Amino acid sequence: MPETLTGAQALVRSLESVGAEVVFGIPGGAILPAYDPLFDSTALRHILVRHEQGGGHAAEGYAQATGRVGVCMATSGPGATNLVTPIADAYMDSVPIVAITGQVPSASIGTDAFQEADIVGITMPITKHNFLVQSVDDIARTIAEAFHLAGTGRPGPVLVDIPKDILQAHGAFAWPPVLDLPGYHPNTRPHAKQVREAARLIASAQRPVLYVGGGVLKARAAAELRVLAELTGIPVVTTLMARGAFPDSHPQHLGMPGMHGTVSAVTALQKSDLLICLGARFDDRVTGKLSSFAPGAAVIHADIDPAEIGKNRTADVPIVGDCRETIADLVQAVQELYADGVRADLTGWWKQVDSWRETYPLGFEEPPDGSLAPQHVIRRIGEISGPETVVASGVGQHQMWASQFISYEHPYTWLNSGGAGTMGYAVPAAMGAKVGRPDATVWAIDGDGCFQMTNQELTTCAIEGIPIKVAVINNGNLGMVRQWQTLFYEGRYSQTNLQSRTQKAQRIPDFVKLAEAMGCVGLRCEKAEDVDATIEAAMAVDDLPVVVDFIVGQDAMVWPMVPAGTSNDEILAARDTRPVWGEDDV
Amino acid sequence: MSVSTTSTASGSRAPGALLGGPVPGPPPRSTPPAPSPLVRPAPPAASRTTRHTLSVLVEDKPGVLARVAALFSRRGFNIESLAVGPTEHPAVSRMTIVVAVEDLPLEQVTKQLNKLINVLKIVELDPDASVQRELLLIKVKADQAVRSHVLETVQLFRAKVVDVAADAVTVEATGTREKLAALVRVLEPYGIREMVQSGMVALSRGSRSMTGAERLRPAAPRPADS
Repeated sequence: MPETLTGAQALVRSLESVGAEVVFGIPGGAILPAYDPLFDSTALRHILVRHEQGGGHAAEGYAQATGRVGVCMATSGPGATNLVTPIADAYMDSVPIVAITGQVPSASIGTDAFQEADIVGITMPITKHNFLVQSVDDIARTIAEAFHLAGTGRPGPVLVDIPKDILQAHGAFAWPPVLDLPGYHPNTRPHAKQVREAARLIASAQRPVLYVGGGVLKARAAAELRVLAELTGIPVVTTLMARGAFPDSHPQHLGMPGMHGTVSAVTALQKSDLLICLGARFDDRVTGKLSSFAPGAAVIHADIDPAEIGKNRTADVPIVGDCRETIADLVQAVQELYADGVRADLTGWWKQVDSWRETYPLGFEEPPDGSLAPQHVIRRIGEISGPETVVASGVGQHQMWASQFISYEHPYTWLNSGGAGTMGYAVPAAMGAKVGRPDATVWAIDGDGCFQMTNQELTTCAIEGIPIKVAVINNGNLGMVRQWQTLFYEGRYSQTNLQSRTQKAQRIPDFVKLAEAMGCVGLRCEKAEDVDATIEAAMAVDDLPVVVDFIVGQDAMVWPMVPAGTSNDEILAARDTRPVWGEDDV
Repeated sequence: MSVSTTSTASGSRAPGALLGGPVPGPPPRSTPPAPSPLVRPAPPAASRTTRHTLSVLVEDKPGVLARVAALFSRRGFNIESLAVGPTEHPAVSRMTIVVAVEDLPLEQVTKQLNKLINVLKIVELDPDASVQRELLLIKVKADQAVRSHVLETVQLFRAKVVDVAADAVTVEATGTREKLAALVRVLEPYGIREMVQSGMVALSRGSRSMTGAERLRPAAPRPADS
């Protein structure tokens, strides 16, 4: 027999019943009724963040590190609109989160009431789906539907907006509710005929590449991917969203493709005759100028979202399905062909790929001015903290270096804002990841620009006992924008120097003092010889958040680079250094 | 619920860059690799822009029209006309959307529409295998001197007069876009005071129905995932 509960009680019971453990949120007028039963809940931990954007990114970090649906909560109006950036971020990177927002009472909707915003309308294009709850009796079903939608198919953010009067009304509560989603049928089973056709191409291609995207991680298919890669011996590239899906130390791994990818990964795609695209989406940051991307390649495109297939690049063999099932089926189909003796010899292809890899390895030069190299700092963080560490990064130069110079050996150890490119992602995402995986070491690798957008969540970390570590790669500049100004705007550094009016040796803000003010340990490192000791000192603190202010040179640049809008053939291994291919190269 | 709109224009697709701006344009360098023998030959003719009629079954829920309209504008597709109304199923509405796109973007439109949770089914209606109609109401100047001429024209088009004033008549006509355009052309010399035209509605010819499919039934109850 159903119980009678208030809408607020039904909301909390629904969250508990659906398996949520953590809510990142801030109360306010319209959501206030929900916070009363939340006060009593033992199954739900509420983490009081300092800004709703931080709550949203924390939910993302939690979801990306654990694979579970992340939850954030905010009040109406500005509370809800502050969630827009993380919701958009989660949409671009297919991160499963549920955002719950209070709304003004039903009778006030549309009257421009205090703290009213049409958050359902605002988030329509950046959510997988959203709901405005219209009756207290719909709360349980809507929460169940929201979690189902967020976590299945192609994952994504779902927003549930609940007017205050509905939180206060009484209604019958029963669990589990019956879902009513007649228009939602994600297709997870790959088509057998397409799989056979794909296997035929895989077995016969002379220059194949496995182009692996974030969908492999979403489908939890890293183990299956490794089987397929080792069975076929085909070179693997992992996109920014897929770092960790295949071990960086694996001899078949060429690294990351794209604008700042390795020369070998970019070039292997360009010269390939078959792209086996698994859960990737031919993003412009990977393809460069689309018309000249991998011009000689046939394309197998496997994705759970049919709309991704053929969106940017025509697929010769489209496969709609869950990546784990697809890869498992491909393994079987390829094995059958190999048993029949159908198998191309990849020795020549590997000879070429290896020559690119050996000639143009990832690297960096020590800054001529004697300043600390940011790449060295990031590399040592990875080496000292080890492959079990979860790394969350912000957006910009430090993000690219963190993707290049840390070796990711395990899935779900690399979290970043790939599609949206949201500065300020790192600190709150690291907080969410640490809450979801309290036993893991979690480093946020952030820039000084990014850090100043969301560092207030370190207060949350200190108060809630979430001991993350933050490396601020502090070059005093918006480094990536500055790099573009160096390369494409004749070094005219318009509005990229964050320290332009400060005296020498003056630091505004002083990140060490800032860290201490927020209840964290603050460390600073300015010299290469101190890097290891400083990282080890940060590793030794396990009960408080730590911020390390690494003062690095401002002139370091991210290489390799494919300038925006140009062909991947134009990749620069370093400034003014274009790889040279022998005439016999494909 | 009955809404219809025409010509919802939206912006064109603008490829965005993380950081826009000038980029160096070095000359092409390496020789392109030989085309893969695995690649199918490209289709001979590039896809062409044509008018397509989509019939879309949607759940009759608040905001569904906004979702569909927003999707078209967000993805950079132009709606020529859109009509929405009830069906024989109380919980299901039917939209008829006329969109002018090339064949390849049309596939994107339908795939993106299909991703909307409230969209149940999409069928493209072939003009030759469907009945397509629009409704026109047009107020024409018609005093004693010309009224009989106007009425004759109305007869010719099998339209009807639905309101009469001393110096004007209001005419109701249904038909294809072309027929209605012809009627307007013929009435124009008398003087058009105002007119309004609905979006197109359409049904396939023959006995088959797109609303009879099993997918319209509610999905089988599933336990909630965590």
